Amino acid sequence: MADITSTSPLVTRPWYAPSRVLRSIWALRQYPVLPIFILMIVLVIPAIFAELIAPYDPVENSLRNRLLPPFWMEGGGFDHILGTDKVGRDILSRLIYGSRVSVIIAGISIVVGGLIGTSLGIIGGYFGGWVDSLIMRAVDISLSIPIILLGLVLVAALGPSKSTVIIVVVTLLWSRYARLARGETLAVRTQDYIARARVSGASHTRIMIHHVFPNIFNSIVVLATLQVGFVIILEATLSFLGAGIPRPIPAWGLMVADGRELVVAAWWLAFFPGFAIMLVVLSMNLLGDWLRDKFDPKQRQI
Amino acid sequence: MSNNDVILQVNDLHTYFFNRRGITKAVDGISFSLRQGETLGIVGESGCGKTMTALSLLGLIPKPGARIVSGEIILDGEDLVQKNKQEMREIRGRKISMILQDPQTSLNPVFSIGNQVIEAFSINEHGNRKSMINRAVEALRNVRVAAPESRMKDYPHQMSGGMKQRVIGAISIASSPQVIIADEPTTALDVTIQLQYLRLLKEIQSETGLAIIFITHDFGIVARMCDRVAVMYAGRIVETADVRNLFNKPSHPYTQALMGSVPQMDRTDRLVAIDGQPPALWDLPEGCRFADRCSHVRQRCHQGYPDMLRVEDDHLASCWMLDESWSNTDQEVTE
Repeated sequence: MADITSTSPLVTRPWYAPSRVLRSIWALRQYPVLPIFILMIVLVIPAIFAELIAPYDPVENSLRNRLLPPFWMEGGGFDHILGTDKVGRDILSRLIYGSRVSVIIAGISIVVGGLIGTSLGIIGGYFGGWVDSLIMRAVDISLSIPIILLGLVLVAALGPSKSTVIIVVVTLLWSRYARLARGETLAVRTQDYIARARVSGASHTRIMIHHVFPNIFNSIVVLATLQVGFVIILEATLSFLGAGIPRPIPAWGLMVADGRELVVAAWWLAFFPGFAIMLVVLSMNLLGDWLRDKFDPKQRQI
Repeated sequence: MSNNDVILQVNDLHTYFFNRRGITKAVDGISFSLRQGETLGIVGESGCGKTMTALSLLGLIPKPGARIVSGEIILDGEDLVQKNKQEMREIRGRKISMILQDPQTSLNPVFSIGNQVIEAFSINEHGNRKSMINRAVEALRNVRVAAPESRMKDYPHQMSGGMKQRVIGAISIASSPQVIIADEPTTALDVTIQLQYLRLLKEIQSETGLAIIFITHDFGIVARMCDRVAVMYAGRIVETADVRNLFNKPSHPYTQALMGSVPQMDRTDRLVAIDGQPPALWDLPEGCRFADRCSHVRQRCHQGYPDMLRVEDDHLASCWMLDESWSNTDQEVTE
């Protein structure tokens, strides 16, 4: 790259010029680079490219290789980097395929539950009166249902599957959004800009979508990111009781649950999926914080 | 009063609240008219029904609970009381609009100024984005916002109170309504900004022929802004007059008392406060509502509510003192 003109600041340097590369890396600091990076590595890329990345079939037994420790421990090896479980399945492969289950379950149930809950909460908070009472009593009922009982009943009725887990989780989740959205709406509703919108002839629907929702969006996003961890753990609880993801489909929660009984003898069974859950939850929370600031105009000072 | 350019005519409007206490007569028989380009001041103390009158005009009285019991609101030849929700929604913003008291909370904090002005246009009409942006810039320029193009991208928290109130003004007149109700629009602004803002309103009015209903309790603003004044007390208009006449010759004891309690430069005597409290709106006396606080009160005042009596042309007050037979009335003052 011995170009004479490249020293002149007036000449546009190629994108790979060190100064430009450094500058664009430095410009990234306004984004939550680390959380996004972790989420990509732990969750998104494995979920999309599981077949390409995973070294083994996640449900393939190999009784000769059962309970192998991770590679750095005595008896471990690079055949199974993170060891194997009690029927000799590769932990890493199961983690990679398990991310797919987590993404699907957490994603769908949070989006569906969030949509239902937020809409009902805004409607209740905005209109008040009997509409509000009706929705809030439904929320109370939803919060008072023991999740394990509901899970078992639904599994008995529908059979264990991903969709059953999603239904159970949504039934539990929507009420939290409804509660939060209602509370926030009550606060927003009394603001003068809502009155002003009414005065200038906006309909109720328009006010709810254009004026109330953007103002409570922050809190909803934060709640949603916090819920990711909750959903993964809930899935684990359900799976543990046999009401969740049917074995042998790999799922993180299920792996933690299965590793529990051998946690003293083979800690890696529960540790790696648990660590993956922790990374995802932590990153989602950091991402949520960033999103909250991003959506708040006062934090977005130029 | 049957003038041709009368744009808003309110006849005997009654807005009542129905609740456990019974009937609260927030607006109890109000009539007034408003001509094009005119400013009507509505003055009165807190809780006398000023804001409820405004909300009745807009069809935004709190439901359930409140109801327009009787009366007519004739805007541009149409009776608003008879309109259904959908029709009222199309009238709000387009024909009649309102400027609210507090500019700090009247703008949505999560949208840029430009967005909110554009929204005011787009509620009632459709057009392409580019022309909307141009119209919004124009609207901001009309309310003397400096450098409107760059201000469009600003958020409400980046603007001062006076600037926000101007933006709100721009939004309120966005769809060129015929009547604007300004509910104490300057109470939240400091005095120098108040003056600027009032001047701006006047200018806009002379440019567009807008009729303004100015709700306030500040006689200084009334003197500066209004062409005519209606003084409200306990849900009724007790005196209505041309602004000059009202100040020269306040004829209702309540108006006189109100003016007596306003500090003036050349006065050295103590300010007089009006004794007592206004009557509860759910338990109104049969006679004059001001009787209990009035210094001229006689037996007759407790017996019947006086009609609007003529003081001069276009100057009416509802007080028995203006009645021809007042001097013959029983002098006994009842406790």
